[in-house]
Amino acid sequence: MDLLDPLILARWQFGLTTLYHFIFVPLTIGMGLIVAIFQTAWYRTAHVRWLQLTRFFGKIFLINFAMGVVTGIVQEFQFGMNWSDYSRFVGDIFGAPLAFEGLLAFFLEATFLGLWIFGWDKLPRLAHLATIWIAWIGATLSAYFILAANAWMQNPVGYKMAADGSRAELVDFWAVLTNRVALATFPHTMFAAFMFAAAVVIAAAAWHLARGQHVDIMRPALRFGMWGMIVAFAGVFLAGDQLGLQMVATQPMKMAAAEALYNSACGANASFSIFSLGTPDGTSEIFSIRVPYLLALLSTHSFDGCVEGINDLNSLYQTKFASFGIDQFTPIIWVTYWAFRWMIGLGALAALISVVGLWLTRKSAKRPVPQWAWRVAIWSAPLPLLASLVGWIFTEMGRQPWIVFSLMLTRNGVSPNVPGWQVLISLVAFSAIYIALAIVEFGLILRTVRKGPEPVPEPGEGHPSETALEDTPTTVY
Amino acid sequence: MDLAHLWFWIVGILFIGYFVLDGFDFGVGMSLPFLAKDDVGRRQIINTIGPVWDLNETWVIVAGACLFAAFPEWYATLFSGFYLALLLIILALILRGVSFEYRHQRDSLRWKAGFDTMIVVGSAVPALLWGVAFANIVQGVPMDAHHNFTGTLLTLLNPYGLLGGLTTLLLFFTHGIYFVALKTDGEVREKARRLATRSGILTVVVAAAFLLWTIVMTADKGAPLLGLTIACAVVAAVALIVSVMANLRGREGWAFADGAVTVAFAVLTLWTALYPFVMPSSTDLAHSLTIENASSTPYTLTIMSWAALVFLPLAMGYQAWTYWVFRRRVSRSRIEKAVAAGAH
Ligand code: HDD
Ligand code: HEM
Ligand code: HEM
Repeated sequence: MDLLDPLILARWQFGLTTLYHFIFVPLTIGMGLIVAIFQTAWYRTAHVRWLQLTRFFGKIFLINFAMGVVTGIVQEFQFGMNWSDYSRFVGDIFGAPLAFEGLLAFFLEATFLGLWIFGWDKLPRLAHLATIWIAWIGATLSAYFILAANAWMQNPVGYKMAADGSRAELVDFWAVLTNRVALATFPHTMFAAFMFAAAVVIAAAAWHLARGQHVDIMRPALRFGMWGMIVAFAGVFLAGDQLGLQMVATQPMKMAAAEALYNSACGANASFSIFSLGTPDGTSEIFSIRVPYLLALLSTHSFDGCVEGINDLNSLYQTKFASFGIDQFTPIIWVTYWAFRWMIGLGALAALISVVGLWLTRKSAKRPVPQWAWRVAIWSAPLPLLASLVGWIFTEMGRQPWIVFSLMLTRNGVSPNVPGWQVLISLVAFSAIYIALAIVEFGLILRTVRKGPEPVPEPGEGHPSETALEDTPTTVY
Repeated sequence: MDLAHLWFWIVGILFIGYFVLDGFDFGVGMSLPFLAKDDVGRRQIINTIGPVWDLNETWVIVAGACLFAAFPEWYATLFSGFYLALLLIILALILRGVSFEYRHQRDSLRWKAGFDTMIVVGSAVPALLWGVAFANIVQGVPMDAHHNFTGTLLTLLNPYGLLGGLTTLLLFFTHGIYFVALKTDGEVREKARRLATRSGILTVVVAAAFLLWTIVMTADKGAPLLGLTIACAVVAAVALIVSVMANLRGREGWAFADGAVTVAFAVLTLWTALYPFVMPSSTDLAHSLTIENASSTPYTLTIMSWAALVFLPLAMGYQAWTYWVFRRRVSRSRIEKAVAAGAH
């Protein structure tokens, strides 16, 4: 393999930088909502506990937000830098959701978050509460637009090819925004984000509860996190089920690859393997644990449905897409197979831990929570994040060899004039900076968690809206 | 005027927004070692842009995305062609952004000094390179028939490009110092006023040379909007001189406003000089990207126009409100109070 192959390097760079961006995004989305809820609770009940929680998790939120923003810039520029032929081909369609994202969502988010951070002592209480909600709505809108853009790559809709075949042209923007893949991806990704934020809340609360500190604040936070986790998992599950249906309808090869299903199968034979060991070349399996019917159910919602296999699809595509000049239309099977399982497994594990946790911390519990249980709660924080990351690896690598399914191959999208050594430089530079920043950010979040919620001045007698604004602790850089 | 032409100007407006706003952020960042003698002073300076730097920076994201949507060919050629320059800009913006958020998180002088260095470098590099990039766009770069850039990073470092970079560097520096003078009190404010006079005079000299060169080059090419180019350059130059004088008289608000006018008209000078091209090819003019051959379809541009018409004024409105909310000067005593109350 050529070490300086610009295509391979550009793919590594896009994959790594995007995955890295997606470490921070779910926490911004999920934690933004949680902080907004805490602040609302403070506004409505005037109980200082909610203010402390707002500020405590608000700090974690902000440390994380900075990273989401700066890594997002890379995403924006990268399409043109590394994928210029792709940008030329899809720009007419793909650019618009990105522009909408900027105009509608990012402006909103950046402006109102600034107001939230520095506005504690400058805005009336209710207006200040509104700023965090508006910033969160901005984050949500931005997620929708970027996911609609991505969904178009999975399932191109609302376009026609230009007369000379040089590019895809937009004919129906509404169709792009209501792409059925986007409609399923959005709730799935949002709920996954809430799972991660809930896991961080659980871990932070467990850390203090294990030491018997701040119990009156952290116990409600813990219970809130665990209920949130379970509800969010239910959401992820339901949306994921829909997403699976759409995937079979739009990219059957991805489902076949997710299941490593080489030959088409129906009914009981369309089984879902929970674990499987294949021969090293991946063409046949040695051992597996299988649940009959489950794959048929997952893909078609019926017990006797049929699922197309890799080999059949590949020969179909060889004739259908003969003009593209390749004869392998399969992604890397072991990656898709395992990514799909890890996504579901890690997420389900996180939800299970919350179920057990709710039981252990119930009001009527006679025994104190054992130390090992706290440790499990703390260490389970990254599980939903990892599930999300492998979910993306599955989605994006399962689409290969296409960059836009059925329209453009990944290898035809790369910038033709950016030499491999330049991509290597950027890949190394991004990796180095990202690793260094990850260490700093992780250290800061740990410190913040350990320091715990800070005392805030008791707001006189009445409602928070009646306390003098100048008495509110504010933020300075 | 058809929509593609309209979008040429809208993209120009978005970059004006970016350079006027993030421009003074860059200046504020670069000014740290010149204006503050201690940590409180540095924090006083950084807090002048604390609530707004992120929204200012968002302008480049919006400008980039709108460039992509309205002129995919331009976006593709520019971003792949200027690969290493943009890489440096991105890395600088990353370091600058996290430094604002992280420097106050710990109470160690070494920790803070490290982030201060990153703020200074992270502000100076984009301030220089954006000028280099845009000067080169106007001047023309080597491009083949498929509109692919065929030069290297060194191609961009020609005399005109470097002069352009030096101009934006000095302009943003001065513009940022006006902002510091406007938004602080005490010693920092005094120092800022004095430094702005000196850097302002230097900026006048360099910017005049750059604007003059641009006019000569544009006249040479026979560009259709030469008259406008000259007019914009004159407005930029006059506004710059007026800003220096306003600063001398202690009219901080006027100095800053005139600095903004200077930046805006400097961008317009380049935009009018560029028209009707978006990226002229120096290899063969026939390889150039123009407003016509780089733009999206009328359908896409129509949708984009409605979005810009509705959401751009709205965004400008709530951003203006933010500046209003944070209109008060950042006083030294306020930082001292916050430090005493437990902020690092
Ligand atoms: C906490 C994270 C998490 C969890 C527990 C799950 N997922 Fe997921 N999944 C994601 C996080 C995620 C993700 C990272 O958010 C992805 C990547 C792309 C996307 O839209 O969501 C994803 C993609 C994704 C796709 C690919 C869509 C495509 O390529 O078009 C399918 C079919 C599913 N998921 C289905 C499921 C099912 C049936 C689950 C059962 C519980 C499930 N996911 C759990
Ligand atoms: C709108 C959102 C997204 C777009 C437009 C997008 C687009 C792309 C593009 C252009 C590539 C390069 C071609 C390739 O090698 O496949 C790619 C690959 C990849 N993307 Fe995405 N992506 C998006 C979201 C994400 C997210 C959120 C993640 C993960 C967090 C992700 C993970 C990856 C990975 C891992 C690859 C590498 C796949 C490979 O090399 O085979 N993507 N994506
Ligand atoms: C599923 C994939 C993605 C989602 C859900 C997502 C969502 C978000 C959210 C919510 C933010 C703001 C919060 C934060 O900064 O942490 C953000 C930041 C950003 N994202 Fe992503 N993103 C994804 C992938 C991408 C991709 C592929 C791009 C490339 C166009 C991109 C571009 C940006 C930019 C430019 C920012 C910075 C915005 C700012 O300054 O406020 N994102 N993203």
